[in-house]
Amino acid sequence: MLSPFLIDMAYIVAAVFFIFGLKMLGKADTARRGNQVSAMGMMIALVATLLYGGLDYTYILVGIAIGGGIGLFGAKTVAMTGMPEMVALFNGTGGIASLLVGWAEFHQSYVETAASGVIGYSSFTLFAIFLASVIGGLTFTGSIVAWAKLSGKLPGKPVLFPGQQVFNVLLLVVVLAAGIAFALVGDMSDPLMMAKYDIYLVIVAVGLILGVLAVIGIGGADMPVVIALLNSYSGLAACATGFIIANKVLIVSGALVGASGLILTTIMCKAMNRSLANVLFSGFGSTSGGSAKKNEGEARVITAEDAFLVLEAAGSVVFVPGYGMAVAQAQHAVRELGDMLEDNGCEVKYAIHPVAGRMPGHMNVLLAEANVPYEQLVEPDDVNPIMETVDVCMVIGANDVVNPSAREDEDSTIYGMPIIDSDLARTTFVLKRSLGAGYAGIGNPLFFKDNTRMLLGDAKDSVSTLVAEFKQN
Amino acid sequence: MDAQTTVFLLFILMLSVFLGIELISRVPSQLHTPLMSGSNAISGITIVGAVLSLSSGSETITAVLGTAAVACATVNVVGGYLVTDRMLGMFRKKGQGEG
Repeated sequence: MLSPFLIDMAYIVAAVFFIFGLKMLGKADTARRGNQVSAMGMMIALVATLLYGGLDYTYILVGIAIGGGIGLFGAKTVAMTGMPEMVALFNGTGGIASLLVGWAEFHQSYVETAASGVIGYSSFTLFAIFLASVIGGLTFTGSIVAWAKLSGKLPGKPVLFPGQQVFNVLLLVVVLAAGIAFALVGDMSDPLMMAKYDIYLVIVAVGLILGVLAVIGIGGADMPVVIALLNSYSGLAACATGFIIANKVLIVSGALVGASGLILTTIMCKAMNRSLANVLFSGFGSTSGGSAKKNEGEARVITAEDAFLVLEAAGSVVFVPGYGMAVAQAQHAVRELGDMLEDNGCEVKYAIHPVAGRMPGHMNVLLAEANVPYEQLVEPDDVNPIMETVDVCMVIGANDVVNPSAREDEDSTIYGMPIIDSDLARTTFVLKRSLGAGYAGIGNPLFFKDNTRMLLGDAKDSVSTLVAEFKQN
Repeated sequence: MDAQTTVFLLFILMLSVFLGIELISRVPSQLHTPLMSGSNAISGITIVGAVLSLSSGSETITAVLGTAAVACATVNVVGGYLVTDRMLGMFRKKGQGEG
């Protein structure tokens, strides 16, 4: 068995691995190795912990075997289109793990205190248990609701009931008060001490309910922000767990995840030109009176055959994918069309909005799955200045991120959100199932512009038809 | 926990938060998903706490809670790292072959 000193040394090494791993994850060339480096750090931390001695290895092995099996199965079998749900689920398991650790630690010291009559916990430890349990619990239920929304088991639209905001704030107050009461340490005969376990159960219950209520009121289009935020929370829960058992590696890694998740959340919010508070509390898209302007004019529909003729003559094409591409699983067909266009001497780019899809970077993952080289993926800031010189802009299942109202209509709920200026291209094709509104429930004037043509139908079918046309000619 | 340890741990927390912010601040958007799912795997570090809660001779309920915690944290760690690796395996430069 290792001495605590050596174990702490191993923890330092593990933390260095995590830091380097995260750093490398931030660059395309080193990202995969970075993830492996971070996994090594985890291995080092785990092995060092197992060498503490005095542990019950049977239970540990059972737990690792069960969890490892489930994790392995989930990671290997999930389809790339199901990735946002899967990430949400994995995130949730981390949250509940922190809650359970907090509970286990509390239960043990509670029982020992009751048996010996000597109080075995400090206010500081109790407050850490409170934080780990609440944050862990709400991460868990929040992630489960996010998973259900993403996989279509719950409606993507915000679920709201009257007085929801007030109720949420009330719950928050209750849980904070319970947390303070929980952390107070008095005499053994103190009624607050007698009720400690009951208070704890209230904390756990309210934490779990908070997670559900916080996420259920948020619309599908805002999911990238929610997922990033929940990710941050699971780190914070782990960090709080570190304070319960005074474990440095938990504190460091938890804080790293918490901070990085928060940064990612901020980036997502900026990409939508909204504050975090606005995303969390507004129930976006649930109000109907948002857009004042009526959409005027008539949408012009184009057939795949005519679209092909335009594409064949085009010198530059920009694809703008959105959630619709994920739903239709059209990424492979799109890549094929892109390759054909390139063979035809056309310059092809894929413009990706940071919040397109249902998780940060969702479109990048799908296009990578379809073997689109990442040099062809460009961000709005790179493509917008040259949009006027682009021959054809193909919008595939994207809606709100190409809505010119964000630029032109001050009354629109999405006014000010940075968008991809698809409407400025010489010709814009919009591939869409029907002429309905987007996820945010806002009408899109792009559909009615003079240079816009609607290619209606399933995105995958439409793109496949275009590919077939190219093959014939 | 004495006051000195508490201050020491809070100090570590403060520095780690700033480090985390610095590490992530400039990441290209194409890497947002792998970054998120990779850091999500790191949050499975709570497995260390879960393992340590299972000291021998602990209460039955403690053991049950601890075992469940180990299992959940392992799902997070194993699943998180594997899924991230799968995703990153698909990112490739132009001209690079399959797989």
